[in-house]
Amino acid sequence: MWVYEKKLQYPVRVSKCDPRMAKYLLEQYGGADGELSAALRYLNQRYTIPDKVIGLLNDIGTEEFAHLEMIATMIYKLTKDATVEQMDAQGLGEYYVAHDHALFYQNAAGVPWTAAYIQAKGDPIADLYEDIAAEEKARATYQWLIDMTDDVDLQDGLKFLREREIIHSLRFREAVEILKDERDKKTFF
Amino acid sequence: MSHPQEIAWYPFIGPCDPCPPITCKTYSTPPHLFMPFQPLNLPQFSPRDALMHGTLWPALYSPYESKWGKGR
Amino acid sequence: MSTPENTVCDPQYYELLEKLQALDFVLVELNLFLDTHPDDLQSIQQFNILTRERTQLAEHFQRLYGPLQNFGRAYSKFPWQWSESPWPWQV
Repeated sequence: MWVYEKKLQYPVRVSKCDPRMAKYLLEQYGGADGELSAALRYLNQRYTIPDKVIGLLNDIGTEEFAHLEMIATMIYKLTKDATVEQMDAQGLGEYYVAHDHALFYQNAAGVPWTAAYIQAKGDPIADLYEDIAAEEKARATYQWLIDMTDDVDLQDGLKFLREREIIHSLRFREAVEILKDERDKKTFF
Repeated sequence: MSHPQEIAWYPFIGPCDPCPPITCKTYSTPPHLFMPFQPLNLPQFSPRDALMHGTLWPALYSPYESKWGKGR
Repeated sequence: MSTPENTVCDPQYYELLEKLQALDFVLVELNLFLDTHPDDLQSIQQFNILTRERTQLAEHFQRLYGPLQNFGRAYSKFPWQWSESPWPWQV
Protein backbone atom coordinates (compact mmCIF):
# COMPACT_ATOMS: atom_id res chain seq x y z
CA MET A 1 0.00 0.00 0.00
CA TRP A 2 0.99 3.63 -0.07
CA VAL A 3 0.92 6.12 2.76
CA TYR A 4 0.57 9.77 1.83
CA GLU A 5 3.07 12.26 3.16
CA LYS A 6 1.68 15.74 3.63
CA LYS A 7 4.55 17.64 2.06
CA LEU A 8 6.04 18.22 -1.39
CA GLN A 9 9.34 16.63 -2.36
CA TYR A 10 10.67 20.07 -3.32
CA PRO A 11 9.54 23.59 -2.37
CA VAL A 12 7.54 24.65 -5.44
CA ARG A 13 7.28 28.38 -6.09
CA VAL A 14 5.87 30.39 -8.96
CA SER A 15 6.20 34.17 -9.13
CA LYS A 16 3.18 35.17 -11.18
CA CYS A 17 -0.30 34.19 -12.27
CA ASP A 18 0.42 32.61 -15.67
CA PRO A 19 -2.26 30.41 -17.28
CA ARG A 20 -0.16 30.20 -20.45
CA MET A 21 2.59 28.26 -18.66
CA ALA A 22 -0.01 26.19 -16.81
CA LYS A 23 -1.29 25.02 -20.18
CA TYR A 24 2.20 24.02 -21.31
CA LEU A 25 2.88 22.23 -18.02
CA LEU A 26 -0.07 19.94 -18.75
CA GLU A 27 2.35 18.14 -21.07
CA GLN A 28 4.13 16.80 -17.98
CA TYR A 29 0.86 16.17 -16.14
CA GLY A 30 -1.18 14.13 -18.62
CA GLY A 31 1.18 13.89 -21.61
CA ALA A 32 2.84 10.83 -23.12
CA ASP A 33 6.16 11.38 -21.35
CA GLY A 34 4.67 13.05 -18.30
CA GLU A 35 4.80 12.12 -14.65
CA LEU A 36 1.49 10.22 -14.62
CA SER A 37 2.68 8.02 -17.47
CA ALA A 38 6.00 7.49 -15.70
CA ALA A 39 4.50 6.50 -12.36
CA LEU A 40 1.96 4.12 -13.86
CA ARG A 41 4.48 2.63 -16.30
CA TYR A 42 7.05 1.65 -13.66
CA LEU A 43 4.62 0.55 -10.99
CA ASN A 44 2.89 -1.65 -13.54
CA GLN A 45 6.06 -3.15 -15.01
CA ARG A 46 7.42 -4.07 -11.58
CA TYR A 47 5.17 -7.14 -11.23
CA THR A 48 6.95 -9.09 -13.94
CA ILE A 49 10.47 -7.62 -13.94
CA PRO A 50 13.24 -9.83 -12.45
CA ASP A 51 13.43 -9.62 -8.66
CA LYS A 52 16.80 -7.89 -8.68
CA VAL A 53 15.31 -4.69 -10.11
CA ILE A 54 11.76 -4.71 -8.70
CA GLY A 55 12.82 -2.43 -5.85
CA LEU A 56 14.17 0.16 -8.26
CA LEU A 57 10.99 0.28 -10.36
CA ASN A 58 8.91 0.41 -7.20
CA ASP A 59 10.88 3.31 -5.77
CA ILE A 60 11.25 5.38 -8.92
CA GLY A 61 7.54 4.84 -9.64
CA THR A 62 6.75 6.13 -6.19
CA GLU A 63 8.99 9.18 -6.62
CA GLU A 64 7.17 9.94 -9.89
CA PHE A 65 3.96 10.46 -7.93
CA ALA A 66 5.80 13.08 -5.88
CA HIS A 67 6.75 14.75 -9.16
CA LEU A 68 3.17 14.55 -10.41
CA GLU A 69 2.14 16.39 -7.27
CA MET A 70 4.80 19.06 -7.92
CA ILE A 71 3.52 19.62 -11.47
CA ALA A 72 -0.04 19.75 -10.17
CA THR A 73 1.04 22.31 -7.60
CA MET A 74 2.64 24.45 -10.32
CA ILE A 75 -0.49 24.31 -12.50
CA TYR A 76 -2.69 25.00 -9.50
CA LYS A 77 -0.67 28.03 -8.42
CA LEU A 78 -0.27 29.41 -11.96
CA THR A 79 -4.05 29.42 -12.53
CA LYS A 80 -5.37 29.97 -9.01
CA ASP A 81 -7.55 33.09 -8.99
CA ALA A 82 -6.98 33.67 -12.72
CA THR A 83 -10.05 35.36 -14.19
CA VAL A 84 -12.05 33.83 -17.03
CA GLU A 85 -10.67 36.59 -19.27
CA GLN A 86 -7.10 35.64 -18.36
CA MET A 87 -7.79 31.95 -18.90
CA ASP A 88 -9.35 32.68 -22.28
CA ALA A 89 -6.70 35.15 -23.44
CA GLN A 90 -3.90 32.78 -22.54
CA GLY A 91 -5.15 29.73 -24.40
CA LEU A 92 -7.19 28.02 -21.70
CA GLY A 93 -10.66 29.00 -22.96
CA GLU A 94 -11.46 25.51 -24.27
CA TYR A 95 -10.02 24.04 -21.11
CA TYR A 96 -12.10 26.32 -18.93
CA VAL A 97 -15.42 25.41 -20.53
CA ALA A 98 -14.77 21.76 -19.78
CA HIS A 99 -12.96 21.97 -16.43
CA ASP A 100 -13.15 25.45 -14.89
CA HIS A 101 -9.95 25.63 -12.79
CA ALA A 102 -9.89 21.89 -12.12
CA LEU A 103 -6.90 19.79 -13.11
CA PHE A 104 -7.40 17.26 -15.87
CA TYR A 105 -5.11 14.56 -17.23
CA GLN A 106 -4.49 15.87 -20.71
CA ASN A 107 -1.43 17.10 -22.58
CA ALA A 108 -0.68 20.69 -23.56
CA ALA A 109 -2.66 20.27 -26.80
CA GLY A 110 -5.74 18.98 -24.97
CA VAL A 111 -5.40 15.27 -25.76
CA PRO A 112 -6.60 13.21 -22.78
CA TRP A 113 -4.19 10.78 -21.15
CA THR A 114 -4.33 7.25 -22.49
CA ALA A 115 -2.83 3.94 -21.42
CA ALA A 116 -1.49 3.65 -24.97
CA TYR A 117 1.32 5.96 -23.78
CA ILE A 118 2.81 3.23 -21.60
CA GLN A 119 3.95 -0.27 -22.37
CA ALA A 120 4.55 -3.43 -20.39
CA LYS A 121 6.14 -5.87 -22.79
CA GLY A 122 7.14 -8.43 -20.22
CA ASP A 123 10.64 -8.58 -21.68
CA PRO A 124 12.83 -6.93 -19.04
CA ILE A 125 15.29 -5.40 -21.49
CA ALA A 126 12.50 -4.01 -23.68
CA ASP A 127 10.74 -2.58 -20.63
CA LEU A 128 13.88 -0.99 -19.18
CA TYR A 129 14.84 0.51 -22.54
CA GLU A 130 11.40 2.05 -22.74
CA ASP A 131 11.92 3.46 -19.25
CA ILE A 132 15.28 4.95 -20.18
CA ALA A 133 13.77 6.52 -23.30
CA ALA A 134 10.87 7.88 -21.24
CA GLU A 135 13.27 9.56 -18.82
CA GLU A 136 15.25 11.17 -21.63
CA LYS A 137 12.06 12.38 -23.34
CA ALA A 138 10.83 13.82 -20.07
CA ARG A 139 14.21 15.52 -19.58
CA ALA A 140 13.87 17.10 -23.03
CA THR A 141 10.31 18.22 -22.26
CA TYR A 142 11.54 19.92 -19.09
CA GLN A 143 14.20 21.70 -21.13
CA TRP A 144 11.64 23.08 -23.56
CA LEU A 145 9.37 24.06 -20.66
CA ILE A 146 12.24 25.92 -18.97
CA ASP A 147 12.84 27.65 -22.32
CA MET A 148 9.23 28.87 -22.43
CA THR A 149 9.29 30.94 -19.22
CA ASP A 150 11.22 33.81 -17.66
CA ASP A 151 9.81 33.02 -14.20
CA VAL A 152 12.94 32.02 -12.28
CA ASP A 153 10.95 30.46 -9.45
CA LEU A 154 9.10 28.22 -11.88
CA GLN A 155 12.36 27.48 -13.71
CA ASP A 156 13.86 26.41 -10.40
CA GLY A 157 11.29 23.68 -9.78
CA LEU A 158 11.50 22.53 -13.40
CA LYS A 159 15.30 22.31 -13.19
CA PHE A 160 14.96 20.07 -10.15
CA LEU A 161 12.59 17.79 -12.07
CA ARG A 162 14.91 17.75 -15.09
CA GLU A 163 17.80 16.62 -12.89
CA ARG A 164 15.68 13.82 -11.43
CA GLU A 165 15.10 12.46 -14.95
CA ILE A 166 18.87 12.23 -15.33
CA ILE A 167 19.29 10.26 -12.11
CA HIS A 168 16.41 7.94 -12.98
CA SER A 169 17.83 7.32 -16.43
CA LEU A 170 21.18 6.38 -14.86
CA ARG A 171 19.50 3.98 -12.43
CA PHE A 172 17.55 2.27 -15.23
CA ARG A 173 20.74 1.87 -17.22
CA GLU A 174 22.38 0.37 -14.14
CA ALA A 175 19.42 -2.01 -13.93
CA VAL A 176 20.15 -3.16 -17.49
CA GLU A 177 23.77 -3.79 -16.47
CA ILE A 178 22.59 -5.78 -13.46
CA LEU A 179 20.38 -7.95 -15.68
CA LYS A 180 23.25 -8.49 -18.15
CA ASP A 181 25.43 -9.86 -15.36
CA GLU A 182 24.92 -13.61 -15.30
CA ARG A 183 27.24 -14.54 -12.52
CA ASP A 184 24.26 -14.17 -10.32
CA LYS A 185 22.96 -16.76 -8.02
CA LYS A 186 20.85 -19.78 -8.37
CA THR A 187 17.64 -18.05 -7.44
CA PHE A 188 15.87 -21.24 -8.52
CA PHE A 189 16.31 -24.42 -6.53
CA MET B 1 38.22 13.78 -17.70
CA SER B 2 35.35 16.19 -17.65
CA HIS B 3 32.73 15.78 -20.33
CA PRO B 4 30.81 18.60 -22.01
CA GLN B 5 27.28 19.29 -20.74
CA GLU B 6 26.38 20.49 -24.20
CA ILE B 7 27.59 19.67 -27.69
CA ALA B 8 27.44 22.10 -30.59
CA TRP B 9 26.82 21.32 -34.23
CA TYR B 10 26.67 23.43 -37.35
CA PRO B 11 23.73 22.69 -39.64
CA PHE B 12 23.83 23.19 -43.39
CA ILE B 13 22.44 26.62 -44.21
CA GLY B 14 20.23 26.54 -47.31
CA PRO B 15 19.83 29.63 -49.48
CA CYS B 16 16.02 29.41 -49.49
CA ASP B 17 15.27 29.30 -45.73
CA PRO B 18 13.14 32.30 -44.67
CA CYS B 19 13.99 32.38 -40.93
CA PRO B 20 17.35 33.99 -40.15
CA PRO B 21 19.70 31.00 -39.90
CA ILE B 22 20.94 29.76 -36.56
CA THR B 23 24.44 28.71 -37.51
CA CYS B 24 25.29 26.90 -34.29
CA LYS B 25 22.90 24.42 -32.67
CA THR B 26 23.41 22.62 -29.37
CA TYR B 27 22.03 19.65 -27.50
CA SER B 28 22.34 18.54 -23.89
CA THR B 29 24.79 15.80 -22.94
CA PRO B 30 24.22 15.38 -19.19
CA PRO B 31 26.89 13.60 -17.13
CA HIS B 32 25.00 10.31 -16.74
CA LEU B 33 25.68 9.63 -20.43
CA PHE B 34 29.34 9.20 -19.51
CA MET B 35 28.73 7.05 -16.44
CA PRO B 36 27.49 3.56 -17.34
CA PHE B 37 27.41 2.49 -13.67
CA GLN B 38 27.86 4.94 -10.82
CA PRO B 39 31.10 4.28 -8.89
CA LEU B 40 31.06 4.10 -5.08
CA ASN B 41 32.04 6.98 -2.81
CA LEU B 42 31.51 9.92 -5.15
CA PRO B 43 31.77 13.28 -3.34
CA GLN B 44 28.40 14.53 -2.08
CA PHE B 45 26.55 17.82 -1.73
CA SER B 46 25.31 18.88 1.70
CA PRO B 47 21.63 17.92 2.18
CA ARG B 48 20.42 21.43 1.36
CA ASP B 49 22.61 21.75 -1.72
CA ALA B 50 21.56 18.26 -2.82
CA LEU B 51 17.91 19.33 -2.69
CA MET B 52 18.65 22.55 -4.56
CA HIS B 53 20.61 20.73 -7.29
CA GLY B 54 18.22 17.80 -7.60
CA THR B 55 20.98 15.27 -6.95
CA LEU B 56 23.25 14.20 -4.10
CA TRP B 57 26.34 14.02 -6.32
CA PRO B 58 28.03 17.01 -7.98
CA ALA B 59 29.39 14.65 -10.64
CA LEU B 60 25.81 14.05 -11.83
CA TYR B 61 24.62 17.63 -11.70
CA SER B 62 23.55 19.05 -15.03
CA PRO B 63 22.82 22.78 -15.27
CA TYR B 64 20.31 24.03 -17.82
CA GLU B 65 19.55 27.65 -18.63
CA SER B 66 16.35 28.96 -20.19
CA LYS B 67 16.55 30.12 -23.80
CA TRP B 68 13.73 32.58 -23.13
CA GLY B 69 14.58 36.14 -24.16
CA LYS B 70 17.90 35.14 -25.67
CA GLY B 71 16.87 35.11 -29.32
CA ARG B 72 16.92 31.31 -29.35
CA MET C 1 -15.86 27.95 8.09
CA SER C 2 -13.01 28.74 10.40
CA THR C 3 -10.30 31.07 9.23
CA PRO C 4 -7.00 29.39 8.36
CA GLU C 5 -4.47 29.52 11.15
CA ASN C 6 -1.59 31.57 9.95
CA THR C 7 0.72 30.07 12.53
CA VAL C 8 1.12 27.31 9.99
CA CYS C 9 2.80 29.54 7.46
CA ASP C 10 5.22 31.38 9.74
CA PRO C 11 8.84 31.68 8.53
CA GLN C 12 9.91 28.84 10.81
CA TYR C 13 7.42 26.56 9.08
CA TYR C 14 9.14 27.03 5.73
CA GLU C 15 12.57 26.74 7.28
CA LEU C 16 11.82 23.47 9.07
CA LEU C 17 9.93 22.10 6.08
CA GLU C 18 12.88 22.74 3.80
CA LYS C 19 15.26 21.09 6.26
CA LEU C 20 13.05 18.02 6.24
CA GLN C 21 12.76 18.11 2.45
CA ALA C 22 16.55 18.24 2.22
CA LEU C 23 17.09 15.28 4.55
CA ASP C 24 14.35 13.28 2.87
CA PHE C 25 15.81 14.07 -0.51
CA VAL C 26 19.21 12.65 0.45
CA LEU C 27 17.40 9.55 1.69
CA VAL C 28 15.59 9.18 -1.65
CA GLU C 29 18.89 9.51 -3.51
CA LEU C 30 20.63 6.98 -1.27
CA ASN C 31 17.65 4.65 -1.53
CA LEU C 32 17.68 4.61 -5.34
CA PHE C 33 21.48 4.28 -5.32
CA LEU C 34 21.30 1.31 -2.95
CA ASP C 35 18.67 -0.33 -5.15
CA THR C 36 21.42 -0.79 -7.73
CA HIS C 37 24.39 -0.92 -5.27
CA PRO C 38 23.06 -3.19 -2.50
CA ASP C 39 26.55 -4.10 -1.24
CA ASP C 40 27.75 -0.58 -0.49
CA LEU C 41 28.12 -0.74 3.29
CA GLN C 42 29.15 2.90 3.62
CA SER C 43 25.98 4.13 1.90
CA ILE C 44 23.87 1.84 4.06
CA GLN C 45 25.49 3.32 7.16
CA GLN C 46 24.85 6.84 5.89
CA PHE C 47 21.27 5.88 5.10
CA ASN C 48 20.71 4.55 8.61
CA ILE C 49 22.25 7.59 10.30
CA LEU C 50 20.14 9.97 8.21
CA THR C 51 17.03 7.88 8.86
CA ARG C 52 17.48 8.45 12.59
CA GLU C 53 18.08 12.16 12.05
CA ARG C 54 15.02 12.37 9.81
CA THR C 55 12.83 10.63 12.36
CA GLN C 56 13.78 13.17 15.02
CA LEU C 57 13.25 16.16 12.75
CA ALA C 58 9.90 14.83 11.54
CA GLU C 59 8.74 14.34 15.13
CA HIS C 60 9.70 17.90 15.95
CA PHE C 61 7.93 19.21 12.84
CA GLN C 62 4.78 17.25 13.59
CA ARG C 63 4.63 18.52 17.17
CA LEU C 64 4.55 22.07 15.78
CA TYR C 65 2.55 21.73 12.59
CA GLY C 66 0.55 18.53 12.75
CA PRO C 67 0.89 15.08 11.22
CA LEU C 68 2.91 14.40 8.09
CA GLN C 69 1.41 10.95 7.60
CA ASN C 70 -1.97 9.40 8.25
CA PHE C 71 -3.22 5.83 8.76
CA GLY C 72 -1.54 5.49 12.12
CA ARG C 73 1.91 6.85 11.35
CA ALA C 74 1.43 9.95 13.52
CA TYR C 75 -0.57 10.91 16.60
CA SER C 76 -3.40 13.43 16.51
CA LYS C 77 -4.52 16.14 18.89
CA PHE C 78 -8.20 17.08 19.26
CA PRO C 79 -9.94 17.82 16.94
CA TRP C 80 -8.71 15.45 14.22
CA GLN C 81 -5.64 17.15 12.77
CA TRP C 82 -4.97 15.17 9.62
CA SER C 83 -7.65 16.75 7.44
CA GLU C 84 -6.83 20.30 8.47
CA SER C 85 -5.48 22.74 5.90
CA PRO C 86 -3.07 23.60 4.55
CA TRP C 87 -2.30 20.86 2.06
CA PRO C 88 1.09 20.80 0.37
CA TRP C 89 -0.03 22.56 -2.81
CA GLN C 90 -1.57 25.40 -0.80
CA VAL C 91 1.43 26.67 1.17
